[in-house]
Amino acid sequence: MAAFTERMAPVLLLWLAACVSGTLAVERANFKTCDQSAFCKRQRALNPGESPYRALLETMELTNTRLTLQLKNDKNKVRLLLELYRLQGNITRVKINELKPLKPRYEVPDVLVREPPTEPLSLLSQDENGVVLSLGAESQRVIVSARPFRLDIMEGRDVLLSLNSRGLLAFEHLRLRKDTFSYLITSTLASVWNNVTSVFSRQADREAEDADLQDEAILEEKDEDGMWEETYKSFTDSKPNGPTSIGLDFSLPGVEHVYGIPEHADNLRLKTTNNGDPYRLYNLDVFQYELDNPMALYGSVPVMLAHNAQRTTGMFWLNAAETWVDISSNTAGKGSSETPQTDVRWFSESGIIDVFIMLGPTPKDVFSQYASLTGTQAFPPLAALAYHQCRWNYNDQEDVQLVDAGFDEHDIPYDFIWLDIEHTDGKRYFTWDANKFPAPKEMLQALMDKKRKMVTIVDPHIKVDSSYKIHNEIKSQGFYTKNKDGGDYEGWCWPGSAGYPDFTREDMRAWWASKFAFDQYEGTMENVYTWNDMNEPSIFNGPEITMHKDAKHGDWEHRDLHNLYAFYVHKATAEGLILRSGGVERPFVLARGFFAGSQRYGAVWTGDNAAEWGHLKVSIPMCLSLGLVGISFCGADVGGFFKSPSSELLVRWYQTGAYQPFFRAHAHLDTARREPWLFGPENTALIREAVRQRYTLLPYWYQQFYHAYRTGHPVMRPLWVEYPQDPATYALEDEFLIGKDLLVHPVTEEGATGVTAYLPGKEEVWFDVHTFQKHNGGQNLYIPVTMSSIPVFQRGGSIIPRKLRVRRSSTCMEHDPYTVYVALGHQRAAEGELYIDDGHTFNFEKEEFIHRKLSFVNNHLSSVNLAPDAHFSTHSTIERVVILGASKPTKVTLKTADGQTSQLDFDFDASTSVLTLRKPGMNAGTDWTVMLQ
Amino acid sequence: MLTKQQGGASSNAQCIIPELQREVRLRVAISLSSRGRKIDNISESRNMAKACQCLIALLLLSAAVSAVEVQRPRGVPLSKKHFYVEGKPFTCLDGSLTIPFDRVNDDYCDCQDGSDEPGTPACPNGSFHCTNAGHRPTFIPSSRINDGVCDCCDATDEFNSGASCPNTCRELGRKEKESLQKLAEIAKEGFILKQQLIQEAKRGLEEKKAKAFELEASKKQLEEKVEALRTVKESAEEPEKEAKGRHLKAWEDQKAAVRAEKDKARMAEVFLELDDDGDGLVSLTELQSHSELDTDSDGSFTETEAQALLGGMDKVDMVAFEAVWKDIKDKYISEAQATVETPQEGTPHGETREPLSDNDSEHYSEGEIPEEDDDQEEEEEEEDEEEEEDDDPDEADYNRPPAVQEKKDDEDEGTMPPYDEETQNLIGTAQKAREQFDEAERALRELDDQLKSLEKETSSDFGPSAEFAYLYSQCYDLTTSEYVYRLCPFNRVTQKPKHGGSETSLGTWGHWDGPEGDVHAVMKYENGMGCWQGPNRSTTVKLKCGKETTVTSTTEPSRCEYLMEFTTPALCQDPKIVDPMLHEHIEL
Repeated sequence: MAAFTERMAPVLLLWLAACVSGTLAVERANFKTCDQSAFCKRQRALNPGESPYRALLETMELTNTRLTLQLKNDKNKVRLLLELYRLQGNITRVKINELKPLKPRYEVPDVLVREPPTEPLSLLSQDENGVVLSLGAESQRVIVSARPFRLDIMEGRDVLLSLNSRGLLAFEHLRLRKDTFSYLITSTLASVWNNVTSVFSRQADREAEDADLQDEAILEEKDEDGMWEETYKSFTDSKPNGPTSIGLDFSLPGVEHVYGIPEHADNLRLKTTNNGDPYRLYNLDVFQYELDNPMALYGSVPVMLAHNAQRTTGMFWLNAAETWVDISSNTAGKGSSETPQTDVRWFSESGIIDVFIMLGPTPKDVFSQYASLTGTQAFPPLAALAYHQCRWNYNDQEDVQLVDAGFDEHDIPYDFIWLDIEHTDGKRYFTWDANKFPAPKEMLQALMDKKRKMVTIVDPHIKVDSSYKIHNEIKSQGFYTKNKDGGDYEGWCWPGSAGYPDFTREDMRAWWASKFAFDQYEGTMENVYTWNDMNEPSIFNGPEITMHKDAKHGDWEHRDLHNLYAFYVHKATAEGLILRSGGVERPFVLARGFFAGSQRYGAVWTGDNAAEWGHLKVSIPMCLSLGLVGISFCGADVGGFFKSPSSELLVRWYQTGAYQPFFRAHAHLDTARREPWLFGPENTALIREAVRQRYTLLPYWYQQFYHAYRTGHPVMRPLWVEYPQDPATYALEDEFLIGKDLLVHPVTEEGATGVTAYLPGKEEVWFDVHTFQKHNGGQNLYIPVTMSSIPVFQRGGSIIPRKLRVRRSSTCMEHDPYTVYVALGHQRAAEGELYIDDGHTFNFEKEEFIHRKLSFVNNHLSSVNLAPDAHFSTHSTIERVVILGASKPTKVTLKTADGQTSQLDFDFDASTSVLTLRKPGMNAGTDWTVMLQ
Repeated sequence: MLTKQQGGASSNAQCIIPELQREVRLRVAISLSSRGRKIDNISESRNMAKACQCLIALLLLSAAVSAVEVQRPRGVPLSKKHFYVEGKPFTCLDGSLTIPFDRVNDDYCDCQDGSDEPGTPACPNGSFHCTNAGHRPTFIPSSRINDGVCDCCDATDEFNSGASCPNTCRELGRKEKESLQKLAEIAKEGFILKQQLIQEAKRGLEEKKAKAFELEASKKQLEEKVEALRTVKESAEEPEKEAKGRHLKAWEDQKAAVRAEKDKARMAEVFLELDDDGDGLVSLTELQSHSELDTDSDGSFTETEAQALLGGMDKVDMVAFEAVWKDIKDKYISEAQATVETPQEGTPHGETREPLSDNDSEHYSEGEIPEEDDDQEEEEEEEDEEEEEDDDPDEADYNRPPAVQEKKDDEDEGTMPPYDEETQNLIGTAQKAREQFDEAERALRELDDQLKSLEKETSSDFGPSAEFAYLYSQCYDLTTSEYVYRLCPFNRVTQKPKHGGSETSLGTWGHWDGPEGDVHAVMKYENGMGCWQGPNRSTTVKLKCGKETTVTSTTEPSRCEYLMEFTTPALCQDPKIVDPMLHEHIEL
């Protein structure tokens, strides 16, 4: 939904005047540049050169699971502890922390699905210059160089990736503030202690020498501005722990293309950052964000993929503090003949260095590797993949009823209608406005009668109001996040003064989850799902519209875990929806803010975009980037949130959104109504057709999400993922694949009369799904378009099941029969899958599903069971088989599981080479074979 | 060839064999026979019993009824029955394909237009006919067949989905009839009221026209009067002006004499001041000590310049100085005050106008005007005038606070002595003439305004028979939980917070906005107060027939776009036209 806007006007007028000042663009001054973020400035001021760190090889310890050794900074004498793990599935984990921090440094919990299982590291060789360890497979090794410290991951003679090769490892150790009393005391004691130990060390055995070495006095650097306090605009960050930032560089020889680190409104292929700010990862509510910009947005996933024709690798920088990423390249902007190399540098404000290097080698290996760490996409209820109708706001019960009726009147399917913040009693979440929604259950029952559902918004800011039960319970249990002085943190958001529950606490999350029970969240029923907006968290009067970094979550500062807050809100809510059904029903929760691992809890969207063509275009790279880092369930507000779209833009957006994972129309309160039928009959028909195309493909979408849930592979994916050796695909971001078999090039240009789609794969053929025309792969294809065109192609060699009987909601289509589209490739073969379950419960985890492999080979189309242990029955049959690129048979015979055979009627269209088998009628869950003769 | 289903699929619930539907049809006998369709007279007693109940409840007018059953494929309306003949090949209604009859309603879509599957959901673009005996027959998209949702009130769309749909047609039919009857009653009474309104409007119009005629006549008289008074005024003002002029001249002369005296005294003073050596002569050097006299203001007061001031001489005596004094007196700074900066005199012109330019921002003026319900309309007009006046430069001068100017001129010269008695008398006469003239002119303006508003009213579109005329200059309120909404037809719509706060304009009268042929069903009010980042507020008023004239609801379906519902007898149709609609649903 929304950043701050007019509705706070009565209270926030002055503030708004200052902040918004009547412009329709991001207020950049609300958000820091690297220069304005003290640690970013300090880190970025370091230049590549020889690292002051050396590895103390004599401290090396190699156990079955890990290698540890100390690193020493020769300048300030501070020692770090390096831990190196080889993880199952070709992942190397590198952790660097202070050897003896003054107090513990934050290590991100709850994001990894488990402590990653390790594999043994073996020592290959060792001398005074370094150590070589084997990583097992494919002659992969890690070389630890001592002076200066660096790590190189090798395969054969090739360096895949180097750490600290540019000497930018920078670790600000915890220190005492020099002007404080405690510092004076401690340093005095320390020198006494040094004297004492030096007395004992006369015995001069090895251990004591070590101790001596470790206690070598740390040379304090000079304090700089911004180390112990930092002021931005009118906000002062107290920074009681002083400077704590960390940074490290990575070099990727042979790599020219890097991707990931969402969320940015920018290209799919990441740009070099030499001439501007680094990419920033800091979850922020950015009002009317700008395009082509490395500014931080609502969510952060610190995962980057590096790709070339030989290999794909990934880096996962597990840190939840404010993070910046610099990218440079030796080939950027010049036709250099030297080996291309991309250098990446990460730095974060606090915590430790904990990085997972995913060694691929294929894109899908990297997806699986990352999924093994943070989990896969939650498998959504099928209906959540259908069309969602949202607006800020559907005003009251009558409005909901009228919009619902409008969809039936205009014969446009939809599954979910959404209620934004105005449905609550004064922005008190878990309540209803009694005037506008006097009988929510009646409204919900009416929706349920049509097999439709609703989403209500539940934001994490809680109105401070002693007559509000939710507030009182949080307060009395001490569940609110605290300010630096220990009181309950308060900020300003939709309800006015608001508290922010400490979602990092497990007990708080359990309490929150319990609030979604039907007897707790009154007026809700099973067909109500949840939307977590503003979970960055958004705080209108906070620094950068978010929480003060010195706010406290228990012993930790908000600074340490800011990017994790949204993740926890999402998690707690999803758990609430599971809990309320006794663990039976799958949840559906949409969130705006996210972090690595958020994919486990539901869907995200690209936040408050605008009704502009540029925003339509950027929805593709934004969702592709999210898919690459595990978050498949992504969408953009169809139509654009701010401003009103032209009817052309709206139609094009529906056409694009119909082929993106999360398909929801949404609009700002101040925009004109834009339900699909308000733009004249022609546009209504165009929108209806786009939505219907989505519904016919729901079986395919569902199967893709099942696949994503099982493997972590993205549903919506860039072409290079499937054609990793084709450089022409590396920067494509105006077209994409759904799974591996559907290629979509939506029309995103105003007034377009044609688009040029790149059809990848010299060995491939592609069939236009509307005309069934066949095109060869490995070419740029010009496609003339009209307003009704949505260029979509099915890959030859694939089989896609659809349900052509589009009904008013996906649930109404549950028992409907399938039409199977078989697109023959050059080898006159094809294969695909069919996945069926009940569509909404966790029973699929108990093997209650149908998963079949459909294959066409040697003129035999057959269905075989991919999951022999699974059991589920369906009413759905196969009502039609459409074979693209076929030749005319003389006879078509169906053989069913019980051995009976029968002849099938068919129709062959010679002009398009399409063979249609009429009404074979076999149950979709059984074995069968169709033979063409 | 199509082979009938086998194996695992045969038990499938979706598989529907072509079937003919047995259906009980209720008809008004008279209308039925007139259509001469083939009727199968088999009746089923059970359905018949039900049907008769429906019938009795339904048919008020017809005496003779009969029940009949018609055989046709499921989902086909009677009007298309003849296309579906059992045993004969079926041609898609778009003519694109002919198929064996057993492929009609066989749950597989053969025809592109969906016409082979009127009774199954197989075709994406098919439609299904619900007979809805007891209520009105409808078509639904065939995608709603067997989707588990009850669409047809006779439940015929859910014959194989397991959904238990009760037959609600009778109930719906009864309710609809009731509400139609109620509507008809309202329309009937409303229509009577409307006739009265039309009569009143006619009378009103005539009255107004008569009034206008009358006013026209008095206007002519008044105009003559104004002209006469203008002559009187002008002839009285002539001698007044002369006398005043004389008086002023005398005063000016006196002032000039005083000023000359003062100047001379000051010259003597200055001479003495300049004559530093007291030799009775002002020399070049003595003059040069006053650098402010630098002729070309280049920063240096040269000897040549000084000499030029002294008329080419090296020194001048008191008499010769008189000529020099004329040239230097504006610049000369007395030695006594030479160090004191002269303060900037007077305020910039713009500043004196400032209060005026405040009035220019007309948006604030609305709220400032105290509201009294009866006067609103006038206020509106007054506001308009005010705005016009603001653009008039004379008015601006008139409004300028006079104090500032007077102060400047008169400083220490005393005030003008009072006019002598004769002049006073002349002024008195002229003033009286002016007042009389002004009064007459004002009366004329008022009359003119009255005429204009009458003209506006008589020329407005108040509907085909001026039935909406009675709404003119009326206002209707609706109070909701938060606001009081006020509709003043043909004028404006406003919203005011219930518990204090200023009024917001939701639009002023724009135009009739109904669909063609029914243009008077909708009013549009536009250009209300602007919205933040949005359009100006506007209101659509939907009119409905009703006995009362009242605002029944107000909503804001889209930000700053309001929707009002308003009932008025003026929209009631002749019941003779409404009646057939009432009975339509009995015709099945």
